[in-house]
Amino acid sequence: MSAVQPALTMRGDSRVRRRRIVNRLAESAATIAALAAVAVLGIVIFSVAKRAGGELSWGFLTEDLPTFGQTGGGIAPLIVGSGILVGIATAIALPLGVLTALFLSEFAPRRLSAAIQLTIDLMNGLPSVIIGIFAFGLLVYGHTQSAYAGGFALSIVMLPLIARSTQEVLRLVPRSQREGALALGVSRWRIVVGIVLPSALGGILTGTVLAIARAAGETAPLLFTTSIFVNQLTTDPRHAMPNIPVQIFIWSESADPEDHKRAWASALVLIVFVLLTSLLARLALARTRRKLSR
Amino acid sequence: MRVSMGVVPATQELTEGRRVRDWLGDRIMFGLTLVAALATVAIMVAVAYKVVRGADLSFQAFGLSFVSDSVWDTNKEVYGAAQFLFGTAVTSLIALLIATPLAIAIALFLSELAPRGVRGTVGALVELLAAIPSVVLGLWGILVLGPFVANHIEPSLHRSLGFLPIFSGKPGSSGIFVASLVLAIMVVPIVASICRELFLSVPSELEEAALALGSTRWEMVRGVVLSSSKAGIGAAVILGLGRAIGEAIAVTQVIGAGNSGIHASVFATGDTLASRIAGQFIGATSKLQISSLFYLAAILLVIGLLTNLLAQVIVRRFEFQRVGAD
Amino acid sequence: MTQVTMPPMRPVDVAERREASPETREPVFEIRGLTARYGTNVAIKDVNLEISRNLITAVIGPSGCGKSTFIRCLNRMNDEIGSFDHDGQILYHGIDLYGDGVDPVEVRRRIGMVFQKPNPFPKTIYDNVAWAPRVLGLKQGLDERVERALKGAALWDEVKDRLKRSALSLSGGQQQRLCIARAIAIEPEVLLLDEPASALDPIATASIEELMHSLKEDYTLVIVTHNMQQAARVADRTAFFSLDVDESGRAGVLVEYDETTKIFTAPSDKRTEDYVTGRFG
Repeated sequence: MSAVQPALTMRGDSRVRRRRIVNRLAESAATIAALAAVAVLGIVIFSVAKRAGGELSWGFLTEDLPTFGQTGGGIAPLIVGSGILVGIATAIALPLGVLTALFLSEFAPRRLSAAIQLTIDLMNGLPSVIIGIFAFGLLVYGHTQSAYAGGFALSIVMLPLIARSTQEVLRLVPRSQREGALALGVSRWRIVVGIVLPSALGGILTGTVLAIARAAGETAPLLFTTSIFVNQLTTDPRHAMPNIPVQIFIWSESADPEDHKRAWASALVLIVFVLLTSLLARLALARTRRKLSR
Repeated sequence: MRVSMGVVPATQELTEGRRVRDWLGDRIMFGLTLVAALATVAIMVAVAYKVVRGADLSFQAFGLSFVSDSVWDTNKEVYGAAQFLFGTAVTSLIALLIATPLAIAIALFLSELAPRGVRGTVGALVELLAAIPSVVLGLWGILVLGPFVANHIEPSLHRSLGFLPIFSGKPGSSGIFVASLVLAIMVVPIVASICRELFLSVPSELEEAALALGSTRWEMVRGVVLSSSKAGIGAAVILGLGRAIGEAIAVTQVIGAGNSGIHASVFATGDTLASRIAGQFIGATSKLQISSLFYLAAILLVIGLLTNLLAQVIVRRFEFQRVGAD
Repeated sequence: MTQVTMPPMRPVDVAERREASPETREPVFEIRGLTARYGTNVAIKDVNLEISRNLITAVIGPSGCGKSTFIRCLNRMNDEIGSFDHDGQILYHGIDLYGDGVDPVEVRRRIGMVFQKPNPFPKTIYDNVAWAPRVLGLKQGLDERVERALKGAALWDEVKDRLKRSALSLSGGQQQRLCIARAIAIEPEVLLLDEPASALDPIATASIEELMHSLKEDYTLVIVTHNMQQAARVADRTAFFSLDVDESGRAGVLVEYDETTKIFTAPSDKRTEDYVTGRFG
């Protein structure tokens, strides 16, 4: 009689059980890690919102900074100042970034292209404190602090971001369309203006918005270029300009709890702006990617 | 010398003006984009140049021993970078030790474990963590995290592991430990999002093959996903390291600007290269002090560029490997 | 040339050919000793042929024999490839296309191209046809120009009510006809078609082939196709390319060029015979 096979129970022995436990542990660890990250985000935002609560009001957003020792007041000059600084930075970084990306994607010979690409990647990882100290050495030392210097420093933060996101959308425009236009006898520059850029415009816009969100929160570049305490609303870019991140920094190091309250409220304003624009821009970017890769 | 194709009539002849504008437009566009690209390179070069030039005075005074000298005295005008190099090294190391396993776990969660809908939301939230401005994180660090750590975490570490020199000092709400925690929070989303892309790009056929052999999900991840992503994870960690090294604002807010040299305890105050530059610049008066801060910046620049370069090299080599394997 | 008695051939639909009248014998292209290279790879070697006006000339042959390279020489699209180089001459009405001072943009104005995969711009149907004329300065009578082009491409009736819709909403066959309309809107003399129907379904293919018959009234057509039956259906003249393997490598050569009927019923070269009877390729 042939040997009878033992019945297949599919249940497994202790070794399999141990492997299953290890698996379960690993899955739990991954889930806990993810939850921890979300929790930290939540805790930070919650802390800011809670401590900012009382201080934040319409008046806070529209009034001038409080003079020394006073309570109340608002951060209107900071909002305006940040707006102007980011505006100057965008005016520099947007054309430079888009044109550089166009050069890499449409005109550059191979070797030059690799060198420029590397430069952009290195600039991307440049610590912003070094950007600040550079802008100081270039534009402030021997002169005065100014919004031009601050805006210039911020533009160096934005430039690689805009260049990279523009490159990404330009790559998504199919070569076959460029070929089709070329075969019609249309010159290179008209192809860029009439076919390539219109398709890429949405992506360039969202990339710029993401860069703006990033620049709005940068402190170090401004610390060296536009941090002298200015009490009231200034719009002259030749002088130092009050701005949100530097002011939060100064208030955070102060001993006065009133300053802390103002710091929290300003932080809430900054966080809301940065997080909302980042979220919206990323959603729009995902949609552009889907549209262009159809 | 242009040959006129006018010999062959097109049904409608293009005007000479149009041809000239075509040619001119091409030249102008090429010129503009070239100038922009060169300007970008010029800025990068200018940054390096200016920083090194600014350090000149200090370099004349202290030479290369600046790097190993741990005294920073603004009164006596003696400056040295050693304690900040130490601070940078320690904070980055601790931050990476905490952040790397967390980030990899999160990336695995987002790429392997989470159901479709959760993936998008949690992924977006992790990216938002990266978007928090560092000054806000620093503010939270000073007023929330610092006191919490000082009152709850550091005492227990001191009690249980105080025999170890790193936990030996007096707990405080600012210091190397708090700074490392804040840096870890900043580094996690960077490493996690790169690793997530990495893990998602592992071909599903490989994963299915492992599972079909009867391995558990974790065994499959370890054997297929993680082992084939080693280089990429390395690059991600190095990029995270670059972030930690370069962060000035949040660190200077919570690290306490210690000036008493190199200590073993992580509870002590200290400073990193970046945080010392940011912290002292406003009040700096003497030319030598400013130049010494530039010297610190030059050292930071070199370290930063090298780590960034290393990461880029790994990414480029790794990309070819992955693509070449197809 | 000796007539070779052929064994029964694969059924090939040989349509009525228009007798080549004296005017249509006028050469549009004279290709003399054309050799094309990409770096050190020779793609086609020593091609000599004349392409005549208002005829459809098909270029057939097995894959890799340089058909696409050949046709892309005719409108200088190969200029886009850095390693491209050539010997010999391509005379267009007596002018060397690659001569000094010849602007490739001008060349492509007169010699249009339709590609294998339809590549309409992400614009409206109207704008797809109108963009190039507008950009080239032919702004007068744009509406009429668009209508004429769409009629010429046998697409007008299908799209006249939805000119402002996106071109990407059209079917594959319609998109390809749109690409043809786009090409003829700038009134070229020649239309080059690089496997224009190979990405299309049979019904769309049939409509393209029908279109070509009407297009040749006004244009000179050169079509590359890997589908022999298509060449037999559509072309007045056929050029058969094949691969020539020697010590220096593989290169495409022109084996035989003649009236289509002759190529498919009584080819002079054995290689042609082998190909059209399906013995290889």
